[in-house]
Amino acid sequence: MAGLGEQVDAAVAMEPTAAAHHQAAAFTVMLVSLVLAPFFVYPLFLMKALCFGLFACAFGLLIGYVGLLSFGHAVFLGSAGYISAHAAKVWGWPPELAILAGTAAAAALGVVIGALAIRSKGIYFANITLAFAQMVYFFCLQAPFTHGEDGIQAVPRGMFLGVLDLRDTLTMYFVVLAIFLAGFLAIYRVIHSPFGQVLKAIRENEPRAVSLGYAAERYKLLAFVLSGTLAGLAGGTKAIVFQLASLTDVHWTMSGEVVLMTLLGGLGTVFGPVVGAFIMITLEHYLAQLGAWVTIVQGLIFVVCVLTFRRGVVGALAQLIKKPL
Amino acid sequence: MSTVFGVPTQALFGQLLIGLINGSFYAMLSLGLSVIFGLLNIINFAHGAQYMMGAFAAYFLLQWSGLGYWWALLVAPLVVGLFGIVLERTMLKRLYHLDHLYGLLLTFGFALVIQGMFRHQFGSSGLPYAMPAQLEGGRNLGFMFLPNYRAWVIVASLGLCLGTWYVIERTKLGSYLRAATENPALVQAFGVNVPRMVTLTYGFGVALAGVAGVLAAPIYQVNPLMGADLLIVVFAVVVIGGMGSIMGSIVTGFALGVVEGLTKFFYPEASNTVIFVIMAVVLMFRPTGLFGRER
Amino acid sequence: MMKRTLIVLAALLAFAADPAQAQISDGMVKIGVMNDQSGLYADLAGLGSGIAARMAVEDFGAAAKGMKVEVVAADHQNKADVGSAIARQWYDVDKVDLIVDVPNSGVALAVSQITRDKAKAFIVSSAATSDLTGKACSPNTIHWTYDTWALANGTGNAIVKTGGESWFFITADYAFGHALERDTEAVVLKNGGKVLGKVRHPLSTQDFSSFLLQAQASKAKVIGLANAGADTTNAIKQGAEFGIVKGGQNFAGLLVFLTDVHALGLEKAQGLLFTETFYWDMNDKTRAFAKRFAERNRGIHPTMIHAGVYAGVLHYLKAVDALKSDDGTKVIAKMKQMPTDDPLFGKGTIRADGRKVHPAYLIEVKKPSESKYAWDYYKIRATIQADQAFRPIDQGGCPLVKK
Repeated sequence: MAGLGEQVDAAVAMEPTAAAHHQAAAFTVMLVSLVLAPFFVYPLFLMKALCFGLFACAFGLLIGYVGLLSFGHAVFLGSAGYISAHAAKVWGWPPELAILAGTAAAAALGVVIGALAIRSKGIYFANITLAFAQMVYFFCLQAPFTHGEDGIQAVPRGMFLGVLDLRDTLTMYFVVLAIFLAGFLAIYRVIHSPFGQVLKAIRENEPRAVSLGYAAERYKLLAFVLSGTLAGLAGGTKAIVFQLASLTDVHWTMSGEVVLMTLLGGLGTVFGPVVGAFIMITLEHYLAQLGAWVTIVQGLIFVVCVLTFRRGVVGALAQLIKKPL
Repeated sequence: MSTVFGVPTQALFGQLLIGLINGSFYAMLSLGLSVIFGLLNIINFAHGAQYMMGAFAAYFLLQWSGLGYWWALLVAPLVVGLFGIVLERTMLKRLYHLDHLYGLLLTFGFALVIQGMFRHQFGSSGLPYAMPAQLEGGRNLGFMFLPNYRAWVIVASLGLCLGTWYVIERTKLGSYLRAATENPALVQAFGVNVPRMVTLTYGFGVALAGVAGVLAAPIYQVNPLMGADLLIVVFAVVVIGGMGSIMGSIVTGFALGVVEGLTKFFYPEASNTVIFVIMAVVLMFRPTGLFGRER
Repeated sequence: MMKRTLIVLAALLAFAADPAQAQISDGMVKIGVMNDQSGLYADLAGLGSGIAARMAVEDFGAAAKGMKVEVVAADHQNKADVGSAIARQWYDVDKVDLIVDVPNSGVALAVSQITRDKAKAFIVSSAATSDLTGKACSPNTIHWTYDTWALANGTGNAIVKTGGESWFFITADYAFGHALERDTEAVVLKNGGKVLGKVRHPLSTQDFSSFLLQAQASKAKVIGLANAGADTTNAIKQGAEFGIVKGGQNFAGLLVFLTDVHALGLEKAQGLLFTETFYWDMNDKTRAFAKRFAERNRGIHPTMIHAGVYAGVLHYLKAVDALKSDDGTKVIAKMKQMPTDDPLFGKGTIRADGRKVHPAYLIEVKKPSESKYAWDYYKIRATIQADQAFRPIDQGGCPLVKK
């Protein structure tokens, strides 16, 4: 039974140095377009795409390279958002500390959920993450500091590192871009490190990895926590950008959305989740006027991708040029 | 006025009864999910949407052809079951050779499409569906006023669940089904048409969701999103009961409905979470669920 | 060659531009109607608000005065993040000058903050929380139609004084529900009544059975429904199922609209007592408006929300015309300076805290036998004068109000 993400690797020959060249080229293209974009496209829209891009990359790390489908990843996005919003608004922390607080909260949550969930595999892992996600959702609904349905509103943007006034949209954009790139490069580093290789080995054949002496569970837990932490970074940043933390970000449908973004972009690819996120955010933006059509289109993309396009956009591209992306 | 822990028993029994009614829906829906997972190894994430389709089928039957509730109970599950069969034949069966998480994703996508289409057409506020005249009114039980219709829901649900259990566990057809779950190749070698059985089983599971939808229509409003949040809870019920265990789903469904009712009484803030807490605990100590078997 | 063409074009435009438009941004006044178009609040505002806004633009005679006005609409789906995103997009990219309507107090508060940050204008017709003119007041926001204080004051007072001294609240769990419960509880207690219990339910709840059971168990004389739209109608419908009224308790609909009564039917809604600030059948002017509105709205008659959108947009356009500018902060200030006069609310004023002041009416729903024609649903039991209908300006805690 072909597992998630495996088929992408199988289809693309692994040539380390050539791969590195192509990926460097792709990275440069991405960097240049993102630097120039805010001068042509509404920056707030781009920032949303970047935050979701980071979120999707973090999720993609877990599903593509560790083979674990977490159906509750929104908890990291949302709870980090709440903590960051609260830190910035109520405690008056500067944005960089607020975002760090959110990220740390997500990391802590990752350790707790991971420790309890990591022993399960496949469907059961998805179930457990969903259960914990619901618990966190209802906690967020009830806890007074989140203000339930209203969310935490009017979160101040503040001065980043005391120097950069984030109320200026362009400044905010470049800060977000920097955060995104930092997260992206962190994930890249993890994937292409010995640690990443062990993760792939565990995904392909866990018993064998264990027999070779690797403490599989600890590796998986670490990957899970890392994935959650970076998702938290995305969530904390998003709360500062939009000056709002709401229940939408912890709801299980948000978990479904990030699965869709990653699937559409390409499971097991480096750039796939980013591309998937950008496509989905663009679609949502243009279809927003048509209300429910957003959901319909999302569902159709899911169906089409699962049936005929499992490689995703970037995966198909990688297949075309015979290099991993 | 008697009390339990200082709160009137009247209120307690009232909530328990409501919990039993909710549990009826949990039981019916988790039964369908369990049957489908047991045989197809697919997590049918479209179950909530199919439940909703059942309610809408009843609504349309009334609007377009004047056929009332009792007809709907028969016709709606057939219609919804048919949709299910089409879905299985055209799309689901292409995924059997893959990781069964793809089945989850496909049915999830399908649910989004269906829910989106209905929401586009009907909004998300809910349409009224009249209660059947024969079941209007209620009786005063002393500790609460029980509407007749809600009592009927409990009875109908029990009947359907036990009927299904009987067919699967005690009849020849059921034995083929159970055998095919364990070893489809061997059963096929014996001349049983396994793919057709799989298709019909999926159709049956979906039809169960459809019937639940009809039962829900008069009390829960016919609403495009009625299945969405319910599904997650039902999911938890199935996991706790043991995926693939018929009796497990039925018992757990009713039990968890009652537990939820109790929690609403003693500690209302936790009533939404209690089922998930139980699920997490069960998964940690008995990953295959309370009544499930190792697969 | 290109440069010369551009200079010629610029010169032509300079001559062609009407001097009156010179200070109206982009030469156009753009009005955004944001509300819930598909959920539980879709009927009381929804598409009807867009119609009301367009009628106001036509009746103002914008075209004749040489003012270009455009009306756009969006659905916020009762989510603060969706509403915020739409508001930002509208203000930043689509050049919207005024946002109007916005049911759902949580979304309204978010939009009010964004409007303030961007110095635009916001007229709230649907949202209820009295905080909009209280601690969350803003120089860029006007609260028209009604608020939770007015509802509590009208309905709460009336019900307690006629024997409803013990209350149990079923409250929608967000800004609006909390505000309405808080304001009504204050009125009940002030009048010597008691609150025996409260329960909170999620917004857009389909099944009220367990909440109704708790209300029944409390034996309170009055079950106060601090919610609106489909939540209110569902609670009342299911209350009938559980024999609430037969058991001797009464529902107090704290926020009920014409469309809710229509959805419930007079059989179930008769006798309900609540407060509103507009009814289509009050006088000839309101009837004329209702007739024109209903023709454009598939026969559905206007609620007080629609009336508020109409009157608010009309007054806004008058202010823009007087100032010859659509600068948000300035226009709102001008609207407070100018007394209001429209066919629906009559003459009135807007206070420093943004509160529009007009009379409120205590309404009782007619029995089926008393209703003589379509949409003939209300009896006006009492009129609360404008100066008593709303919270005194010094009690709200609004920083804009000078002590």
